[in-house]
Amino acid sequence: MAHKHIQCTVNGQKLSLEVAVGESLLDMLRNRLHLTGTKKGCGVGECGACTVLLDGEAIDSCLFLAVWADGKDIRTIEGESKEGKLSKVQEAFVEEGAVQCGFCTPGFVMSVTALVEKGCQCEREGLKKELSGHMCRCTGYHNIVNAAEKAIGEP
Amino acid sequence: MFDIARYDEARSVEEAVALLAANPKARLIAGGTDVLIHIREGKQPEAELVGIRHIPELARIEREADGTLSIGAAATFSRIVADPLISRHVPVLADAVETVGGPQIRRVATIGGNVCNGATSADSASTLFALDAVLQIQGPGGVRLTPIRDFYAGPGRVHLGQAEVLTAIRLAPESYEGYGGHYIKYAMRKAMDIATLGCSVNCKVTGGDRLADVRLAFGVAAPTPVRCLQAEEAVKGKVFSPDVVEAFGHAAAAEINPRTSWRASREFRLHLAKELSKEALVKAYAKAGGIIHGA
Ligand SMILES: Cc1cc2nc3c(=O)[nH]c(=O)nc-3n(C[C@H](O)[C@H](O)[C@H](O)COP(=O)(O)OP(=O)(O)OC[C@H]3O[C@@H](n4cnc5c(N)ncnc54)[C@H](O)[C@@H]3O)c2cc1C
Ligand code: FES
Ligand code: FES
Repeated sequence: MAHKHIQCTVNGQKLSLEVAVGESLLDMLRNRLHLTGTKKGCGVGECGACTVLLDGEAIDSCLFLAVWADGKDIRTIEGESKEGKLSKVQEAFVEEGAVQCGFCTPGFVMSVTALVEKGCQCEREGLKKELSGHMCRCTGYHNIVNAAEKAIGEP
Repeated sequence: MFDIARYDEARSVEEAVALLAANPKARLIAGGTDVLIHIREGKQPEAELVGIRHIPELARIEREADGTLSIGAAATFSRIVADPLISRHVPVLADAVETVGGPQIRRVATIGGNVCNGATSADSASTLFALDAVLQIQGPGGVRLTPIRDFYAGPGRVHLGQAEVLTAIRLAPESYEGYGGHYIKYAMRKAMDIATLGCSVNCKVTGGDRLADVRLAFGVAAPTPVRCLQAEEAVKGKVFSPDVVEAFGHAAAAEINPRTSWRASREFRLHLAKELSKEALVKAYAKAGGIIHGA
């Protein structure tokens, strides 16, 4: 399989990498950079477990080629807590009990982080719509939406 | 790992056409939300791809001097939803594409990919039919324009040469100015679901309550998206009334020939066609400024 050279920033760190043209961004993050916080659920864009931020926008990394990350800024869950301190969004998830098995959590946290940073003022229904690209098998969603509401409500 | 043997990133439309023309095995990829799924399912072994997602002119949305709206084929759905020209002139298109998948998919998937994959369920398609969209296609021989109604060849098939690129979707001012439109996606879930039936109505009102023009299109009512010209004729020129709305629904259901799939039976789709076309007409009429008497 052919390879291509890309340069990108991952969690603030500039990287220069040789990726296979058939490699997904998700595989690049997990297998090459060992950033396994981003989860592989369905692999077909249905579950949102693989959500990362690409230039500040939440996307599914399983359906995104690593070569497309050239020149881009990527953020994963590993970059969210700084010096051992959880981000505001992560705190909200803990406080609201929005985590059970935790498999879906990194994806949700990244989407909510993007909403917070964009200054989203969504009401509860709007938030549900913004998070509709994520599946959770455990929580029943109520606490997740509570956490999202809390995170966007706190300046 | 996707089974991709070769990937070339085109920097211009000309380069994309040249890359496709030079390699008969090469296929276009825009957002990849259909292509990568196909590859994953093994339907395109050792894929050779030409990427077009980084060509700036393909992402452009603009209004030309004569009022024609030109939507770049590689504009993502989220870009279209956020675009001020779209919300001002054809809000119905923003409403339609906002029903695609979920937010993460809409940030990557493009309108050109939605049209070119040839799916009858494509959420942009019925609205583009109801807007009389014209496709601008560039190939080795130059640029051609084709009405979207002549583009679909069958399930998953479109009239597009191997070395052709859809560059823009064009909406002439006479097909959207003064019109109100409404799209209804009937699906089993509110998000992340493919349409059981998609229904789009575009209408223009004169004299406060006369249907000067009505255009109706469905997705998933036939192997390709379809226009319902007879239903349109049945109400055109009439004064809006409950009877006219009823006649519209009947004519719409009489004109289509949906099939039974695991999502829904033929009978259920016919019922949906009747009810959704009525509802979409009422909403489109109101959006076009139509007066509801007695309301
Ligand atoms: C989880 C999920 C949910 C989805 N939900 C929906 C939904 O609700 N509604 C819906 O309509 N679709 C849905 N889709 C399908 C898909 O996202 C859309 O069809 C999307 O618009 C495809 O665009 P793309 O840019 O990703 O296309 P690609 O996958 O890049 O391409 C699709 C096809 O079009 C061709 N092509 C792309 N661009 C051009 C061009 N400019 N010129 C010529 N040919 C071109 C490609 O060669 C390919 O054959 C969903 C997909 C996923 C994975
Ligand atoms: S793993 Fe990407 S959406 Fe499920
Ligand atoms: S907490 Fe288990 S999948 Fe969401």
